[in-house]
Amino acid sequence: MTYDFRQSPVVDQVGIEERVARFNTRSIKKGSKVQALKLALNMIDLTTLEGKDTEGKVTQMCYKAMHPHLALPDLPSTAAVCVYPTMVKVAKEALKGSKVKVASVSTAFPSGNSTMQIKLLDTKLALDNGADEIDMVISRGEFLKGNYNFVFDEIAAIKDLTHKYNARLKVIFETGEISTLDNVRRASDIAIYAGANFIKTSTGKIGVAATMPVTLVMLDAIKDYYFKTGIQVGMKPAGGISTAKGALQYLVMLHETLGNAWLDNKWFRFGASSLANDLILQLEKEAKGVYYSKDYISVD
Amino acid sequence: MAKKEVKKLEYFTDWKYAPSPEATDHIRLQKQYDLFINGKFVKPNSGKYFDTINPATEEKISSIAEANDKDVDSAVKAARGAYDKTWSKMPAKERAKYIYRIARLIQERARELSVIETLDGGKSIRESRDIDVPLAANHFFYYAGWADKLEYAFPNRHPKSLGVAGQVIPWNFPLLMAAWKIAPALATGNTVVLKPAETTSLTALKLAEIIQESGLPDGVVNIITGHGPVGASMVNHKDINKIAFTGSTNVGKWIQKAVAGTDKKLTLELGGKAANIIFEDAPINQAVEGIINGIFFNQGHVCCAGSRLFVQESVAEEVIRKLKDRLETLIVGDPLDKNTDIGAINSKMQLNKINEYLKIGVNDGAEMYQSSCTIPKKGFFVRPTLFLNTSQSHRISQEEIFGPVLAIQTFRTIEEVIEKANNIPYGLSAGVWTDKGSRIFNLTSKLRAGVVWANTYNKFDPTSPFGGYKESGFGREGGLHGLMPYLKF
Repeated sequence: MTYDFRQSPVVDQVGIEERVARFNTRSIKKGSKVQALKLALNMIDLTTLEGKDTEGKVTQMCYKAMHPHLALPDLPSTAAVCVYPTMVKVAKEALKGSKVKVASVSTAFPSGNSTMQIKLLDTKLALDNGADEIDMVISRGEFLKGNYNFVFDEIAAIKDLTHKYNARLKVIFETGEISTLDNVRRASDIAIYAGANFIKTSTGKIGVAATMPVTLVMLDAIKDYYFKTGIQVGMKPAGGISTAKGALQYLVMLHETLGNAWLDNKWFRFGASSLANDLILQLEKEAKGVYYSKDYISVD
Repeated sequence: MAKKEVKKLEYFTDWKYAPSPEATDHIRLQKQYDLFINGKFVKPNSGKYFDTINPATEEKISSIAEANDKDVDSAVKAARGAYDKTWSKMPAKERAKYIYRIARLIQERARELSVIETLDGGKSIRESRDIDVPLAANHFFYYAGWADKLEYAFPNRHPKSLGVAGQVIPWNFPLLMAAWKIAPALATGNTVVLKPAETTSLTALKLAEIIQESGLPDGVVNIITGHGPVGASMVNHKDINKIAFTGSTNVGKWIQKAVAGTDKKLTLELGGKAANIIFEDAPINQAVEGIINGIFFNQGHVCCAGSRLFVQESVAEEVIRKLKDRLETLIVGDPLDKNTDIGAINSKMQLNKINEYLKIGVNDGAEMYQSSCTIPKKGFFVRPTLFLNTSQSHRISQEEIFGPVLAIQTFRTIEEVIEKANNIPYGLSAGVWTDKGSRIFNLTSKLRAGVVWANTYNKFDPTSPFGGYKESGFGREGGLHGLMPYLKF
């Protein structure tokens, strides 16, 4: 299957924004709201990617991932935690016996400004320590220079490596840096054809993170690929989603673009840290009829 | 060659949206409405009333007065009196204040007006709330601004008002059409007698209440309800200076004959069968959304609906596949539910007309494809429908269906599509989807349509003139051009 990445489909920004606005007129209430809140919680990659991370911090966050809010029965755990390669071992130990996966960033995250050799070593470190998933970054400089084959090749190389360990690969575009929706579509096609299991918007380390228009463009790319090949690819918006209301808007958009088959944390993740607590706040409100003070919900 | 397996995505099977109905306990509706003449609600001369029903439930909402010739005469006399004694003498700045006040009152009552519009006409609450009512308020705001600037609008031409305007409006955008008619007429210094459509009189009557509350001098706006003969009576009335009509081409033709030989000024906004044209370089996913909005907005009850799709053959398979997929996420049902995309058909008569065309399309050999959604057992509903493999010669490609039915044709070259797009007696609107800017400009000059949308569809604004060529009528509503039909120079 040949594909010229210079010819990727054009995207009309006004049209995308209007489609998003239309999704946001959906009113999700009662049972359908509770269902969605729990699904969103189960889709979170609980994330800590700070210079000041330590074993203690990661261990405490992992407990939160497994037990987001013990006061409410029947709450699911989050999908995964997301940490730096040096914290993977700690996370694996802390999460033993649970269904929560360990995702590790790599490839000189967040900038990706390093050599292929170093990026492969970075990835191998995470995988050797037991990472279930790798969140890599693309070389945005090369992309903006038009070296699309370079970007394809680097993704394919990391995919080869993760595949050997039966791990899944997420590819981060840093959409805030590549700027246009046409570029987001192009990056999506490159990553999907190079073997990405997930395409992801952002590192969360620059000002502009995930937005609904960018996410919709990526969902459209996934949909076109599915209709061509029957193969599913996952999507992860990361950064900037901190409210339950916002998360539900993303789920409506996901649902009405890709359908039921994608309403599962195998195919959709939220890269978020504070979102979990707003989801819990809303779930408490649905269960008990009033909004509780935030002090009733743990911060970890 | 191996047969391609059809991949399908499924929606709404695991996650069903709970009903989310808009509250109706706050609206104020009377059991019976009279005619609004000379600032008061007066009983109809005949004493007759007719029912207005909710097309989603088939239940009666209220009784509406049936005007006769005598009522028409009273209304025109009231309008004439108000024009001679009050309105034509009032400084333009003062006229503007009343129009502005009406705009503000519409905004304040927006929620109530949207609910009533949905109950009476069947359109989804999402549309009446987000589109109809805000646009109606905006028209009054916009034209309030022009009232005292007519000399600037037409420099050195000394514009003057005409007198009494008789206005007849349709059922597809009841409140909005009333705003499109009344606002420019008042801004230019005319007085008004307006007849809403018989299936959708309620929001016009609520507007009458708003007009009362605004303190607008008695007789400046008169609203008389009833069936076709009331409109005919207005058209034939000797003391009306201008007729404005929005409705079917057939009635428009009758009106034009009726005013021939009189000195009545006339504008008509009639039917359409717009071409929505998708070129191979178009942003396909956004074009598909534009096609959907073009034909399913307001259940297709739109004169400028994009009811003929022309898709370039090289991308036809992809576009059609995506259209079929998008049909599955359109929610058809209770218009009061905030999640409903497609509401009820306005009346039994219109439902029968649409179903008749579905039969015609199938009998003529076009391939019919409908969404798999369930529709309510009560009320007037039609599933969103595509007709594939049609040609210009199919009746469903030529005649205005005024429902959620799209006729799809392919084309190969730009010359071909221009010829076919224009090959229709109508000329109201068109849509062009392409990434190439020069192609847009080329087409806008060659398409015989009053409104051409580029990479979008069904966009309206009070600043933008709207109207057609050929049998879609003449005259423009909106913008500076919308002032002209109500002035003499």
